[in-house]
Amino acid sequence: MNSTETKQSVAPAAADQDERIQRVSFWKKALNRPELGALAGAVLVLAFFIAASSGTGMFTPAGIINFLEVAAQLGIIATAAALLMIGGEFDLSIGSMIGLAGILIAIPAVEYGWPLWAAILLAFACAGLVGWINGNLVNKTGLPSFIVTLGFLFILRGLAIGTSRLLTGRTQVGGVQDHIPGDWFAALFSGEVATGLFSWMAENGWMATNFAGNPTVTGIPVSIVWWLGLTAVATWVLLCTPYGNWIFASGGDANAARNSGVPVQRVKISLFMFTAFSATIFACIQVMDTGSADTIRGLLKELEAIIAVVIGGALLTGGYGSAIGAALGALIFGMVQMGIFYTGVNTDWFQVFLGVMLLVAVLFNNYMRKKAMEAK
Amino acid sequence: MTTRTPMIEMRSVSKHFGSVIALSDISMQVYSSEVMCLLGDNGAGKSTLIKTLSGVHQPTHGEMLLDGKPARFKSPAYALDAGIATVFQDLAMVPLMSITRNFFMGREPTVGWGPLKRIDWKYADRVAKEEMAKIGIDVRDPSQPVGTLSGGERQCVAIARAVYFGAKVLILDEPTSALGVKQASVVLRYIAKARADGLAVIFITHNVHHAYPVADAFTLLSRGGSLGSFRKEEVSREEVLNMMAGGAELESLDAELAEFQRDDKAKKASLAEQDAQPVNETSSTEPPSPRTASGY
Repeated sequence: MNSTETKQSVAPAAADQDERIQRVSFWKKALNRPELGALAGAVLVLAFFIAASSGTGMFTPAGIINFLEVAAQLGIIATAAALLMIGGEFDLSIGSMIGLAGILIAIPAVEYGWPLWAAILLAFACAGLVGWINGNLVNKTGLPSFIVTLGFLFILRGLAIGTSRLLTGRTQVGGVQDHIPGDWFAALFSGEVATGLFSWMAENGWMATNFAGNPTVTGIPVSIVWWLGLTAVATWVLLCTPYGNWIFASGGDANAARNSGVPVQRVKISLFMFTAFSATIFACIQVMDTGSADTIRGLLKELEAIIAVVIGGALLTGGYGSAIGAALGALIFGMVQMGIFYTGVNTDWFQVFLGVMLLVAVLFNNYMRKKAMEAK
Repeated sequence: MTTRTPMIEMRSVSKHFGSVIALSDISMQVYSSEVMCLLGDNGAGKSTLIKTLSGVHQPTHGEMLLDGKPARFKSPAYALDAGIATVFQDLAMVPLMSITRNFFMGREPTVGWGPLKRIDWKYADRVAKEEMAKIGIDVRDPSQPVGTLSGGERQCVAIARAVYFGAKVLILDEPTSALGVKQASVVLRYIAKARADGLAVIFITHNVHHAYPVADAFTLLSRGGSLGSFRKEEVSREEVLNMMAGGAELESLDAELAEFQRDDKAKKASLAEQDAQPVNETSSTEPPSPRTASGY
């Protein structure tokens, strides 16, 4: 009698507890996504500016395209920086690579009459080489990538200025826009995506369909397409491919990864090459857009990219983060930058906001990681 | 037993790091369905030996034979492909990654082809869960980070991973050293199971109490050299401990042995004659211990 009583009283309690564990683990699962903080932040910033900028035109289609374009340019390099940071390394030479790549495109095309596609390919080849050297130096010397790429921050900037002045006597090269028409490769980095890809994206619901029917916006700037495309590919790679698993492993514990048969060195070299490529994509779009190259382009972009990635939930120590988070980080960046402009707040305050966002994001991320690592 | 081909054999293997001779002239045979315990004090060369076996280091002299065929591994990946799985002390696990991601790290199962080739997560999650269930660990959610598992569970994930990927030789580096008694016994039981499954197991430890119950043979290392291999039938627990302590330095060795026996005695005494004299005083006045006078 007694034993049955205890059994009865124990069984429902156990079931209760099980249910509770399930519920907690569901929430934990949701909270464990690295981009959660960035998503909340993006919604918050969006709500704030919708309220604060009413009637200013920030949220007309043209205004939206405006801040999306800012976000997109940063997002392109932030995606690559995110993969690299998840892989456990930094690249501080991204900004300088942007400047150098612009010069490498403009000078051969304008001064030496190269077809634009050849000049762009030259820039990509040089970027690949820079990334390869960065990766190999980090691998072979075991030095922190912070130092190695800090060196390249100055080397590449100096190379850009030096080469430009040596060959043209100037640090700015204009007149690229005359070479764009008819160049199949340059078309990938210039103008707007109006018809084919644009309608395809609208069908897929990636962009609000009212843009498609709206005559005030002729198309989506190509930078936004690159941004979304790169984010999608990077997310796919991280979540669904063996290579993505290797990136997480290399950043989480390089030694453990190596001992499990992951080619850590190759992974890191390829990631450094990808950041250099992303800087070149950025430079291509910028050069096509403005029609000129300037050796000081891309200044501080490496830090902005890191900010976007960290706001996106990546850990500075590697092994954790997401490409979608980086995209959200870039989106927040774009919304705040343009939002401050639209709402008429002095733009000096933008940097204050950026710094505060960064600190809040890092503190939040650290807290979340501790939560995730708590014993089950 | 002697007519069988050893699953893995080392023939006069030496490893030098510059002028340091980390291993000299080590020979060892390990057969499948056997547990070879590699014993040795700190600095005896255990770690170098297993790193050589698992492809982290390449031997300076000598050769290794895998299933009778000469083998040389350029990196851990080659050793893995050849069927030598090593569970390092650091477990080669990334705490922030999920159990499944860790389980399949470096050998992800894929579906699809070309650019659409992707990890088969459904299959991977199921296998990870099943393999963990086989060793009695119920994983609620294989996507939870490994960092949330206890030390013993992590050890088991690492071993389960090695076994799952068709290891012929399983090398375990101090798998029980950081574990409590209960968790250690889980791991030891799993080692016995791996042996029953036909693996050749090399079990590195300096804890004879963990080694003796599961071992079939012992190899003792000291200062980079081998003191020889022994079948379990040939040696007693005390003799193994004896040899581990250094052989030549008889005095300290005797002392250690005596201390060990006295501990046993003291335990028995404390269990049997609880209400006799206090245990501490009994042992300190006990005559046969040579430790008291000179020993240390």
